[in-house]
Amino acid sequence: MGSFLQQPIADVAQRVPPWMQSLQAAGLAHWQQSSWPTRRTEAWKYTSLKPLRDDYTFITPDQSTYQPEAPLKPLSGDCQLVFVDGVYRADLSSAVSQDGVAVCRFDEANAEQQEVIRQRLNSSLSQEQHMFAALNTATLHDGVLLEIAANYSGDAVVEVLSISGAHDSPVASNQRLLVVANPGSTATVVERFVSLDGGCASFSTGVTELFVGANACVKHYRLHEERDAAVHIGGVYTRLDRDARLQSFHLALGSELKRLDLLVHHDAPGAHAGINGVYLPRGRELIDYHTTIEHAVPHCTTDEVFRGIIGDSATAVFNGRIHIHQDAQKTLAELSNRNLLTSARAQINTKPELEIYADDVRCAHGATVAQLDKAALHYLRARGVEKHDAEMMLSFGFINELIDAIEIDAIGTHLRDLVATSYFKPSRQGDAG
Amino acid sequence: MLVVKDLRAEVEGKEILKGLNLEVGAGEVHAIMGPNGSGKSTLGHILAGHPAYEVTGGEVSFDGEDLFEMETEERARAGIFLAFQYPVEIPGVSNMEFMKAAVDAVREERGEEPLDSISFMKRAKAACQQASLPVEFLKRGVNEGFSGGEKKRNELIQMLLLEPKLCLLDETDSGLDIDALQVVADGVNSMRGGDRSFVLVTHYQRLLNYIKPDHVHVLAGGRIVRSGGQDLALRLEDEGYAWLEAEVA
Repeated sequence: MGSFLQQPIADVAQRVPPWMQSLQAAGLAHWQQSSWPTRRTEAWKYTSLKPLRDDYTFITPDQSTYQPEAPLKPLSGDCQLVFVDGVYRADLSSAVSQDGVAVCRFDEANAEQQEVIRQRLNSSLSQEQHMFAALNTATLHDGVLLEIAANYSGDAVVEVLSISGAHDSPVASNQRLLVVANPGSTATVVERFVSLDGGCASFSTGVTELFVGANACVKHYRLHEERDAAVHIGGVYTRLDRDARLQSFHLALGSELKRLDLLVHHDAPGAHAGINGVYLPRGRELIDYHTTIEHAVPHCTTDEVFRGIIGDSATAVFNGRIHIHQDAQKTLAELSNRNLLTSARAQINTKPELEIYADDVRCAHGATVAQLDKAALHYLRARGVEKHDAEMMLSFGFINELIDAIEIDAIGTHLRDLVATSYFKPSRQGDAG
Repeated sequence: MLVVKDLRAEVEGKEILKGLNLEVGAGEVHAIMGPNGSGKSTLGHILAGHPAYEVTGGEVSFDGEDLFEMETEERARAGIFLAFQYPVEIPGVSNMEFMKAAVDAVREERGEEPLDSISFMKRAKAACQQASLPVEFLKRGVNEGFSGGEKKRNELIQMLLLEPKLCLLDETDSGLDIDALQVVADGVNSMRGGDRSFVLVTHYQRLLNYIKPDHVHVLAGGRIVRSGGQDLALRLEDEGYAWLEAEVA
């Protein structure tokens, strides 16, 4: 893997306890064996790694001095773990375990928790196929383990907030989240990634693994709010046990490069995966979602909806693969990807892929690419709404259906505000005439 | 208020309006009738600035201003309102948010402050009541899943809220049952008075039993071929358009 991050990786290796070193070493081996993707690599055909710099470094805990202007608060509930450029900040966090909800950082894991981490880490993904997950493992130094007790049905929400760009020179950081929802439990997890306005360049490899036990339910929100020179190459990898349910929502605002791999394994019958996502690149930004759903067993269902609005000269990539194995009879799987291009230079590369080896399944997929509906635009303007505002209303309406479906009101409200203020430019004042 | 002189227009290269003249004074109600394909709807679309229609000749002034110098939204802000024959469904955009944006835009043009949400809701509720449309429809997407009659009522609500100077109703009565027609007519009648003018484009004389026009025009072959009072509408109802077309030809 050439010289990319070679020295930073070596530095990180010296900072971790022995039990984590063996995990690191395995990750490093996979990382070194991978070959750097080019445009001829199918999974990276439309996504160039050029925005990656060669001068990222990892921050040590004593270098992390960032203080926010106002106290940080979780979007919902009262449990928030805050990492700044990959370093856990107890002073900014309000992380509390409560009955049934055990929150623990890798750094402070006891012997039993270390065992859980060792067993689960990377067991939902192949480090050979996901080289940046291997890189994440090679640079593993901290992470969060969230364990939900069997049959826990409270409404605790655990949020992990990762802030990037708080230093003077380009920063690499490693985020790792492991969620184990034991049988019959309900877990609600929010992952937020934000970058500081005018902050330094950053490179993140956020890897999350969700293990949803029998008849358990995980509600997962993964919100990539990073902008500008924040590069993120990460993924969410899920294993669903019998009758398990995953309800997830993904958001990506654009930055120089975001690549997110989502992988769901239906491991036992009766599991359901509901995955909604929204991506909003503009300027010259690039967002790439690669999703894979592995239906290995019968009677599982998937409902996946992604919508994107691509503006200016931005590019989006959506690759949605549903793989229905020979034994996965009675699978119901639906995948929809709709895209709105708001400029002639905007680009979307969308590819739904169905691979079906079972003969008694129902599967549907569709991808559309459209521009703003001219009739709707005219209708709004004919009521006095300025053209630019009308375009914004229509664009927002396009993704609003997915945001409206979010169960936690505080998150829906946050996203509406976020999208309205950071994505849609405000109307030009004094331009009414 | 509205002066249309020798208006010519085409859509997709086909000439629809072939020298149309019309003058609507302040406070007047005009009805424009005519057979299918005579250009009735085209007139409304042209006045509202629909991009698919190309004006190839003539001029239109509104309150002394050249209408063709104004963008679609500027016309709306200046007080022209077109009730669409086929209102557009816009999923994801809330009806209420849309109406508030429209009302604020029009108020801004008049030099008025935007309404706070409570005052706006009060007005919107009153308009819903007048249009006999449950308030819940405000929370839905614009016209999303509305029946034909509900869409027409939604147009009426917008007209009531925007308080335009000139209301163009493009076949608002088509496809309405008698109750819905009564509601729309009552709405229009409640807005009559003062300087507000109306142009009712309709296929059926029935509407004119509920809204009494000051002038009735017959549009045929892209031109107004006959103007008169309500007796003209009654004659068309009895005899159809054939006698007129024969006379003109």
